[in-house]
Amino acid sequence: MTLNQQFCEMNLSDGKGSMSSVSSVVSSAGWRAADVVADNQFPAGLRVLVVDDDTTCLLVLEKTLRACQYEVTKCNRAEIALSLLREKKNGYDIVLSDVHMPDMDGFKLLEHIGLEMDLPVIMMSVDAGKDVVMKGVTHGACDYLIKPVRIEALKNIWQHVVRKRKNEWKDLEQSGSIEDGDRPQKQAEDADYSSSVNEGNWRNSKKRKDEEEEVEERDDSSTLKKPRVVWSVELHQQFVAAVNQLGIDKAVPKKILELMNVPGLTRENVASHLQKYRLYLRRLSGVSQHQPNLSNSYINPHEATFGPMASLNGLDYQTLSVTAQLPAQSLATLQAAGFGRSNTNPGVSMPLVDQRNLFSFENPKLRFGDGQQQQMSSNKQMNLLHGIPTTMETKQLANLHHSAQSFGTMNMQVNAHGGQRSQSNSFLMQMGQPQSRGQILSETSGEKVLRLPSTMEQPILSSGLAGGVLSRNGIGQNGRAAGYPPVSQTSATLNLPINHAAEFPSNSFPIRSTPGICNLTSKGAFQEEDNSDIKGSAGFIPSYDIFTDLQQHKTHGWELQNVGLTFDPSQLSNSRQTNIDATSLVLDSQGFSSSQSGRNGNASVVNKSLYSAGVGTQLVNAENVGQRLNNLHVDNSIRVKAERVPDPSCPTTLFPEQFGQEDLMSALLRQQQGSMGPAENEFDFDGYSMDNIPV
Amino acid sequence: MEVGQMQRRLLDYTKTLLMEGFLDGQFLQLQQLQDESNPGFVVEVVSLFFDDSEKLLNDLTSALDQPSVDFSRVDSHVHQLKGSSSSIDAQRIKNASLAFRNFCEEQNVEACQRCLQQIKQEYYLARNNLETLFRLEQQIVAAGGSIPMLEMGF
Repeated sequence: MTLNQQFCEMNLSDGKGSMSSVSSVVSSAGWRAADVVADNQFPAGLRVLVVDDDTTCLLVLEKTLRACQYEVTKCNRAEIALSLLREKKNGYDIVLSDVHMPDMDGFKLLEHIGLEMDLPVIMMSVDAGKDVVMKGVTHGACDYLIKPVRIEALKNIWQHVVRKRKNEWKDLEQSGSIEDGDRPQKQAEDADYSSSVNEGNWRNSKKRKDEEEEVEERDDSSTLKKPRVVWSVELHQQFVAAVNQLGIDKAVPKKILELMNVPGLTRENVASHLQKYRLYLRRLSGVSQHQPNLSNSYINPHEATFGPMASLNGLDYQTLSVTAQLPAQSLATLQAAGFGRSNTNPGVSMPLVDQRNLFSFENPKLRFGDGQQQQMSSNKQMNLLHGIPTTMETKQLANLHHSAQSFGTMNMQVNAHGGQRSQSNSFLMQMGQPQSRGQILSETSGEKVLRLPSTMEQPILSSGLAGGVLSRNGIGQNGRAAGYPPVSQTSATLNLPINHAAEFPSNSFPIRSTPGICNLTSKGAFQEEDNSDIKGSAGFIPSYDIFTDLQQHKTHGWELQNVGLTFDPSQLSNSRQTNIDATSLVLDSQGFSSSQSGRNGNASVVNKSLYSAGVGTQLVNAENVGQRLNNLHVDNSIRVKAERVPDPSCPTTLFPEQFGQEDLMSALLRQQQGSMGPAENEFDFDGYSMDNIPV
Repeated sequence: MEVGQMQRRLLDYTKTLLMEGFLDGQFLQLQQLQDESNPGFVVEVVSLFFDDSEKLLNDLTSALDQPSVDFSRVDSHVHQLKGSSSSIDAQRIKNASLAFRNFCEEQNVEACQRCLQQIKQEYYLARNNLETLFRLEQQIVAAGGSIPMLEMGF
């Protein structure tokens, strides 16, 4: 392995494949975030390797990729692909692989690539089943595309390359002397990543800029700039030998490093590789083992969160559906529950939500963030923000709460978004947990509390999957500010107009575990709550068709929601769906009539139903969306923040909240203030963010 | 037949195919790809598809005819068929194979065979249709006209 000194030469400015000439350690193609950004030719020239046993598909893909101006190499057997990759270490930037192949399973190939070359890999298949997609995630795929693959989807694959580079860079920096503000934790990369994603693209770009700058400064010190280490086969074998020698339990990076005795290799490199290796081994010995871990760690939030999230979501939704009338409180509680779970702070998030009574209009600020939101206990449980990881909570809750004030009047715009954001973002979204981010910001007062949702949405967006869910939440929430009967299961009136800004573009809907969650993104536009109704529907309910409907209705407060709520079933992740349906339905019936002033009712409606479900499941998230809508009496931004209200049940899953919260909040706020547009941008998660969770 | 007329015919024909579900957006996308560089791309891909699927179908038939059907193999074949057909956007074949797959899961040999028949039918139909389409295109080109692109509007 040659840490290449050439790294300096490569300099970021030369991002293109030409860097590959440097070969060696330099990160393949020498794509550096900086380079990437600086290079306006990017992503043209991206070197793609396509593996598929079906010749027709292969041909079509090759052609399509060429049309995107990528450099394509195709092969129809996995072994050939592996040998190609091994030969030219830095010869490729990204790999597209089919799942079903006769000679080697696509997932196995994925693992090999991940261990040896650590390139971003995208899986493809006609199969869109949740399990298969989940497998892709656990095995470390960056993304999963459904065939037939559209050219638009292929046009975007470069983002995975950039993302990976950025993360690696961050790792390197961490180990090095580079001070990077954002690198809180390498392990938490996922979370970090997701959070950053959630926070909005602006954050990312900012980070990227930082990285760039740092890189440029260190031009000469090769020690400072640590080029990406390429784990070649021999290197890996050396590593494995060292590990075996030490014993897998005793294998610590430091010792491994010493044993390997490879110049230029740092402890951090070994550490991260060791982590991957451990995951790989675990996976080999049984997925079950792995999963529990996953759930706890952000790394695989998806897996873990799924279970819990689902439950959460279901709850939320139920609450929602139960009766749109559900008092915000109930909603809040639901949310809290949902959030609580999802939030990495199990206790915190959830309780907050409940307490928060986001919906409780009375409480001026439903402080979700404090995790103690539960204080709200009274009526506005809607703290949709429940899910939102602590960070969000404070901020978001505040926002939400403002809105929540109006819970009584269903304005609860559950801005749970804020909270949800964080949660849902990564996992929530995926988990489908309805992280009721929808922080039902019952803004009866018409406050734009919903802002949160927007912010929340962002995180939610991160998980593409989640996005769907989130959007849901937002939708319901937003619209229904007015008479949005809190869908609380607990009978809390969720009225929180869950303003969950459905903004979560597709990601936010926790319910949606489907990859198609991205619908939210479209909805993300919700934020703009114009009077006309929940724009949110358009905005946040990305995946939720329902939301869209909702949004259309906007005017009707909850009535519209009915439509939206329907999304639950479809939208919500598998588990949730049932819940949501109930909730959604409920919401529809209940809240919507209250057509809060035509607002966002769409979102709120949706949310409402979710809330009514009282199930407390993630539905809340959906509600949030709706809530947002509602709250907004103000026709302004219905921000249906599809905040994902982390299901209380899913304790682990809701981690995403953390990252998103702030972003969400900001997004929310932003949206509220301005045209919700900005929020949308932030939420622009195509859900990919979650995908990148390194395994 | 003059070029304009032929072009119109082609467009109408394509539209019909689209409406009937033989083709969908993906096919149009393919056509667009073709225009950009490789003129015979679509034809090439489609013929490749047909050849491959013919083989697949034969395999499937023989697999199903066996006394003890190996469903996993059948399943993988069908999966492949589904994949290929979706690439070129042969909707019906794809849907039929989806149904087929379900039957496979249920391990219902008879239903599978029936389904297979159906797939074959769809396959032949699709092949005929596309061949006609290509013939039309060829005629147009031969007459000196350019192949009209169907708007994805509908």
